[in-house]
Amino acid sequence: MVSNVADYKTEVHNDWCPGCGDFGIVSAIQMALAEMEIPRHKAAIFSGVGCSGKTSHYLNVYGVHTLHGRVLPFSQGAKLANPEMTVVAVGGDGDGLGIGAGHFVAAGRRNVDMTYLIFNNGVYGLTKGQASPTLKLGLQTKSLPEPNVNQSVNPIALAIASGFTFVARGYAYDVRQLKDLIIAAVKHRGLSFLDVLQPCPTYNDINTRDWFSGMDNIDEITNRPRPRIYKLEDVGYDPVVHIDSPQEENEKLTQALIKSNEWDAKIPTGIFYKNDIAQSYDQRMAERIPNYLENPPAYQEISAGGKSITDISQLLDKLEI
Amino acid sequence: MSSIDFTWVIGGPQGGGVETAANIFAGACAGCGLKVFGKREYYSNIKGEHSYFGVRVSDKTIRSNVSGITMLVGFDAETLFRHADEVFDDGAIVFESDLTEIKIDEVHTLDAQFKERLIKYLLSKNKPLTIQGAINAAKERGVTLYPVSFKEILASLSDETNNPKLRGMFRMQNVLAVSISIGLLGLPPETLLKSVGSIFSRKAEIAEMNKTAANYAYNYATVKYSKFRYQLSPIPKEEHTMLAQGFQSTSLGKIACGCRFQSYYPITPASDESVFLESNEIFEVENNRPGSTLVVQTEDEISAIGMIIGASLTGSRSSTSTSGPGFSLMAEALGWAGINEVPIVVTLYQRSGPSTGLPTRHGQDDLQFAIHAGHGDFPRIVYASGDTEEGFYDTAKCFNFADIYQIPVIHMMDKFIASTVSTVKRFDPTKITIERGKLLEKIEDPGYKRFTPSPDGISPRSRLGLENGIFWNTGDESDEAGHISEDPENRIYKMDKRLHKMDLALEQIPKEDQAINYGISDFCILSWGSTKGPILDAIEMLNKAGYKVGFIQIKLLHPFPTKYVQSLLSGVKKIIDIEANQSAQMGSLLNEYLDRKVDYYILKYTGRPMTCNELFDSVKKIIDNKAEKKQVLKYGV
Repeated sequence: MVSNVADYKTEVHNDWCPGCGDFGIVSAIQMALAEMEIPRHKAAIFSGVGCSGKTSHYLNVYGVHTLHGRVLPFSQGAKLANPEMTVVAVGGDGDGLGIGAGHFVAAGRRNVDMTYLIFNNGVYGLTKGQASPTLKLGLQTKSLPEPNVNQSVNPIALAIASGFTFVARGYAYDVRQLKDLIIAAVKHRGLSFLDVLQPCPTYNDINTRDWFSGMDNIDEITNRPRPRIYKLEDVGYDPVVHIDSPQEENEKLTQALIKSNEWDAKIPTGIFYKNDIAQSYDQRMAERIPNYLENPPAYQEISAGGKSITDISQLLDKLEI
Repeated sequence: MSSIDFTWVIGGPQGGGVETAANIFAGACAGCGLKVFGKREYYSNIKGEHSYFGVRVSDKTIRSNVSGITMLVGFDAETLFRHADEVFDDGAIVFESDLTEIKIDEVHTLDAQFKERLIKYLLSKNKPLTIQGAINAAKERGVTLYPVSFKEILASLSDETNNPKLRGMFRMQNVLAVSISIGLLGLPPETLLKSVGSIFSRKAEIAEMNKTAANYAYNYATVKYSKFRYQLSPIPKEEHTMLAQGFQSTSLGKIACGCRFQSYYPITPASDESVFLESNEIFEVENNRPGSTLVVQTEDEISAIGMIIGASLTGSRSSTSTSGPGFSLMAEALGWAGINEVPIVVTLYQRSGPSTGLPTRHGQDDLQFAIHAGHGDFPRIVYASGDTEEGFYDTAKCFNFADIYQIPVIHMMDKFIASTVSTVKRFDPTKITIERGKLLEKIEDPGYKRFTPSPDGISPRSRLGLENGIFWNTGDESDEAGHISEDPENRIYKMDKRLHKMDLALEQIPKEDQAINYGISDFCILSWGSTKGPILDAIEMLNKAGYKVGFIQIKLLHPFPTKYVQSLLSGVKKIIDIEANQSAQMGSLLNEYLDRKVDYYILKYTGRPMTCNELFDSVKKIIDNKAEKKQVLKYGV
């Protein structure tokens, strides 16, 4: 079966602002699903609340638009109950790193085999541009009455510290690279995180598309802008934990943390950290429940002719006197 | 032969083996065919604070505790200070003889309010402010004293068995105390030893050592002391009787009725259920494929309910178990399940609120909250079980309600039931049915829409992973496919579709599942949940005393079964509302839905469950026309 990108699109009217980075992300997800030829009914997109929350309605696969900050609990529950599904969770930076930050950290510890993608634009768009957890200290975007008074959180570093086993960053206007990153993230066995820089053309007038491409930073000799965005793969960065040793793991984690602090002049994209050696949650579960993956909660037979077919007699025997 | 009604209480510091001792005692009595009803009371503390366990024993069915103690066992000073006064005049106290000189002020875990009451009491009896004083006050009333030196028993046991280690095994004083009690009560040693063996079944060596000690202490008691005036004797055992803890009922119900995904955040008294499920996560299924429950401990209760919603979307029966504070965090997601018509079951083991409240104590304070939790109008069922046995069968019913009506169901349990150990009839899984409603296994129609109109308002339900079954869900209002819609006409369609399910539930749920009618009389008790046990026991006492009183136990609390309850009440002259909360939460439902008002209230909100004696006294007062409109019960330490 050859999949067509169009198969993954719905006819729902898209009401994002013109020029919004979200369009690129939705396209990249559609392209990735088509390229991986995932049957539409075997994929589920879960979304949080906010502009990015509408993403699930624009994709013609199972779509679950959850609560503000709670996309990870909903999506993990679904993936654990039916491990056959390809599950991608998406949400804004306020959704995932503000109201949902506790779930972000806990999800990292579990390492469920799914992908989480944050639309990172530094503002709460749908509520008219308040500062989000990723907006840098002291910045005053368009609708802020005062400059941002809080430090920003570093999503890449937080993901690494929390235990995500695949951590990468994409850019909403580089759809091809983003599509490739999504494919790599989905194929990774374990929890993958994608921080997607997604300019908000309406409320973030500082970290704009022009800012990312360096229009404010013209090279005096060539008279060309010096783009802030660069690709880790172009500088020979190796994110992969190759051998199962604490030393190797520490080196790769440390390197990724250091890289994650680059901002302003140079902003890296690509894969920061990838650990295929760490066990995913379903693998750990299968060690405890040997037939978990063949007979997961979603597929277990529980009744015949309206009667229970579960045998609890041994448990009852133990209580009998 | 007069019937047996005996209450044995053991107390001690938390972590000191009180629960083990009580379980051995309950097992030893149940092994002799006797009925037991035991309940544990404890502080929110890991080690050191006072906890106690009361076991009531009878030859007939018992469903509650009584006020008062027949035999008190104390190997620490606090137990004696706190409970000596509760011992019946013809009761007994078995106590560590080394403790007699201890003064009230030396027991740091006694709180100031209690100390003040105790000092006043001892001074009024002209007694010194010591254990000796407290015990002598009891002795003067007629209480038999059995001073025991656990140290001496251990020393002589150690010498006789040539095992010097035993000399310092003070941890075993709980087993010694139970064994002495059983000896004094004249029950045979065999069931005692069997019970000890089963409690320590995980470690053979420890089991053997405890059995030796139990046997020794049993013989010691029969030789050293004269028999206690109450003697228990074995009666024929009823077949298929279990000794079960309340929380095991909903756990076993979940396994039997096919709940395969449970998530939870640790909270007293609900987490025992989840821990039981995880301890028994794999089980046999008749199709020869072992089944399993995936139990996930989450980061908070918001995540717990979020995960079960996600799991339920895949078609798996899914639930979470929590208590008041955790349920508070679940309110928003409950509405999401409501608007998206997702079946979930929340097992709500209530305790005393508000806030952290009395975290390890009983209460029925969350009824109105369960009915109203979450913003906006959405359908839900709130269903309450009255005891351990109901907990098992009702769990299966709750999952059926959730699947049939595609709604969240809140199954009300409470701390009283959770921590009760009692003899119950073996659960019969063949009595439960599994109804999955309109859950689809296969979809042929490429035009499937999740919220397509249907005559009864319930649409066929797809599940994640089903071919042709793609749907969308959103917390926003949505159209038939599940996409966001703010259209006014669609809004009316969807709101009416969802809320109509409440009318449907009232029409379809059998009357005997809506409320249980135990008999109607001029005076009629209305209640819900775990007050059932003390009420039924009190009614037996009232009948014996020549008083007639009816009782209706309401199980379906939302939607409220107005028609059925109204019909039952047609000949009733006075309604008595009995509940374990301050504001009469079910009483306000009665006043709201019935065409008449509650006449009398009996309420208790000390965190301690009602005893049958308390209810006997207060209901009798009402019938004798000597009662105020509202009576507040207080018994219990």
